[in-house]
Amino acid sequence: MISTLGRFTLALALGIAIYGAIVSILGARRRKPALIESGRGAIFAVFGLATFAVLLMEAALVGRDFSIQYVARNGSLGTPLLYTVIAMWGALEGSILLWIWILALMSLLAVVIEGKRNREAIPYATAVLLCISAFFLFLAAFPANPFAAIFPPPADGRGPNPLLQNHPLMAIHPPCLYAGYVGWSVPYAFAMAALMTGRLGEEWIRTVRRWSIVAWGFLTVGVILGGWWSYEVLGWGGYWAWDPVENASLLPWLTGTAFLHSIMIQERRKMLKVWNLALIITTFALTIFGTFLTRSGILSSVHAFSESTIGPLFLAFIGVILLVSFGFLAYRSDGLKAEGDLDSLVSRETAFLMNNLLLLGFAFAVFLGTLFPLISEAVRGVKVSVGEPFFNKVNVPIGLVLIFLMAIGPLIAWRRASLESLRRNFSLPLLLAFLGTGVSSILGVRGLYPLLAFSLAMFAAATVIQEFAWGVRARRRISGEGYLTALSNLTRRSRRRYGGLIVHLGVVLVVIGITASTVFRLEKEVSLKRGESMHLGRYEVRFDDLTAWQEAHRFVVQGTFTVLNSNRQVAEMRPSKRFYASEQQPIGTVDVRSTPREDLYLILSSFTQDGASATLKVLIRPLVMWIWIGGAVMALGAFVAIWPDRRVLAAEPVKERVAWQPGRS
Amino acid sequence: MTKRSKLLLGAIIVAAALGYLIYGGIREAAVYYVTPTELKGKGASAADQSFRLGGMVVPGSVHWDPGTLQLTFRLTDGKEQVAVKHTGSPPDLFKEGTGAIVEGKVAGGHLFIANTILAKHSEEYRPPPAGEAQAKDLYRTLMKPAEERR
Repeated sequence: MISTLGRFTLALALGIAIYGAIVSILGARRRKPALIESGRGAIFAVFGLATFAVLLMEAALVGRDFSIQYVARNGSLGTPLLYTVIAMWGALEGSILLWIWILALMSLLAVVIEGKRNREAIPYATAVLLCISAFFLFLAAFPANPFAAIFPPPADGRGPNPLLQNHPLMAIHPPCLYAGYVGWSVPYAFAMAALMTGRLGEEWIRTVRRWSIVAWGFLTVGVILGGWWSYEVLGWGGYWAWDPVENASLLPWLTGTAFLHSIMIQERRKMLKVWNLALIITTFALTIFGTFLTRSGILSSVHAFSESTIGPLFLAFIGVILLVSFGFLAYRSDGLKAEGDLDSLVSRETAFLMNNLLLLGFAFAVFLGTLFPLISEAVRGVKVSVGEPFFNKVNVPIGLVLIFLMAIGPLIAWRRASLESLRRNFSLPLLLAFLGTGVSSILGVRGLYPLLAFSLAMFAAATVIQEFAWGVRARRRISGEGYLTALSNLTRRSRRRYGGLIVHLGVVLVVIGITASTVFRLEKEVSLKRGESMHLGRYEVRFDDLTAWQEAHRFVVQGTFTVLNSNRQVAEMRPSKRFYASEQQPIGTVDVRSTPREDLYLILSSFTQDGASATLKVLIRPLVMWIWIGGAVMALGAFVAIWPDRRVLAAEPVKERVAWQPGRS
Repeated sequence: MTKRSKLLLGAIIVAAALGYLIYGGIREAAVYYVTPTELKGKGASAADQSFRLGGMVVPGSVHWDPGTLQLTFRLTDGKEQVAVKHTGSPPDLFKEGTGAIVEGKVAGGHLFIANTILAKHSEEYRPPPAGEAQAKDLYRTLMKPAEERR
């Protein structure tokens, strides 16, 4: 019953999406409000049907209806409720359903929120959004149908992939990441609407910028949560392996970040119009490409790709996107001439241009490194991969220059920066950066890159804090407000600027966390008998016990280890191995003790069957927690930047007649 | 020189630097996939070069000493065999008779020193083979002492 209903729902939604896209365009071209209204209705209808389909899927999962193939494969009688509910995004078909739902929700919000402001663009944006929906609905209705039936229904399902039911982060990481991917559809749709209508003035920029920040915020959180999940679940002690799946999420983040910066140049100086449109198109295409990369199996082997039915469809879709988008861009290129010009090479424009160039270089290196095995196989016939060393070698220096630009960008003046303003803005941060380098060197940091990373992070943090401090001081002098009131008013008066600065502070925390946890990482693997202990850093880890028990859906072997710090017991840690019936090999489950100073990470590598001895891998990774905190700070910054401003309609000055004053935005 | 061309020149220099960085990175970090037969065929020229060696773990060849954490085994592609040595415990997915990919270098003639053993989780479902009840065995051996202690 659910199967039939589900398939019907998806097919109906597909029909309505196609209908809505057509009538929106027709309505806009023939100026028929009724047709435009009908297209708007299609957005609501698709959202309603997508919601219904998601609820149906959940009903099937929770009701353990094994007559549905997806449930039979990804659910089981023994799976706990939480993991049963989130099994919806545990495999391809369900993921596409979630994708459809988030896209429908975002489309609805975009049309409702932007409806009043962008009358001209809305029907076109609606049509673009519905076309994207239609593609994914087509996938869900035909080749990757989540409601496909299985006959006869098995008595019990297989249950989700054990790796996906080992940590509650799985509940929020994929939805966040998908929201980050899907979110770029909205700015893309409005950019395309601007291209289609030829109304390439300022109005679309505001819309596109806001929605880009929303998408960017979700994508940031999604990427960071992905690292966190990898760290907590995969049990290798790291958070980023330059794995294709991770790279796929990083690519649109990089181009999206470039876009968020270069769009400011267009807003202020009316330059880079073609460039910005190209960036938003590329970013959107990369979100689809990322899904293609992770879902078609192309990277594991070429055969997996040709066997997958959705791979070629994705490739065709990306081709259509690029062709149509860049076709429109070329068609409208006359209306996209730069009105402003570069005044000086020492200006914020130059800093942003460099930032763009480097972010794209970074993205290109990631793209190339990810696809290298495929490229080399196609070109030279040998399978060559470039692993972590390549990404580190290429991207670390680029990243360091980017941190430098991140520090100077917000403080350097638009148009032309005077020597005097440079001295005023950067002398204190520079001094602190040098001090920071000295301190890190005394603390034992060696090597050019780590030292540079710490000093640049210090430099960037100092510029941000100085900006806030000066702003607060100025407000206090004028209005006599308290520190906190001044801080909140300052931020509120110029959310985008201060939101951006908060994001930069988050990046600094992430950089410090990554550098410290890499440079000062300690690692040791030993076999211990019961009662024996090992030493690493300031810790002593004693092997106390090994126990085992059967749970409903798995068998667990768990070690108990006492952690001592200068003979004082600080924790009892229990890494384990879990054996799932559907898997031949166990899943290691690490135990991590996180403190702001460092993480202690225990992996139970192996054990003897009588439980008398166990092999344990212990890692100490300093400041890892600050990576997650930095991610949260970045999300907070994005949130501050998009928070609706009551003064929005009073219009911020877009055109600068006077030389730009740093510290005001 | 106008500002525009100065900027363009700057951009070209940066782009060239990026290109060089990427080119150098690929040259240094490129790791070739080889089979045991291909590796043997390379002979002495394989020394000091990183490879990814893929093959099946020869049944009966795995030896692991928990005390020293020395893991040795042989990989085969059906024709040739390569002896592999690794320091650390075997990954969860590592098993005799199944495929494995190791990354490392050839040292002193014919021993492959692996610094990583890549084990990939298969997304495909395989029912536990009949007669092999690993979890049950563990249950018997581990559960009893645990219960006795309580």
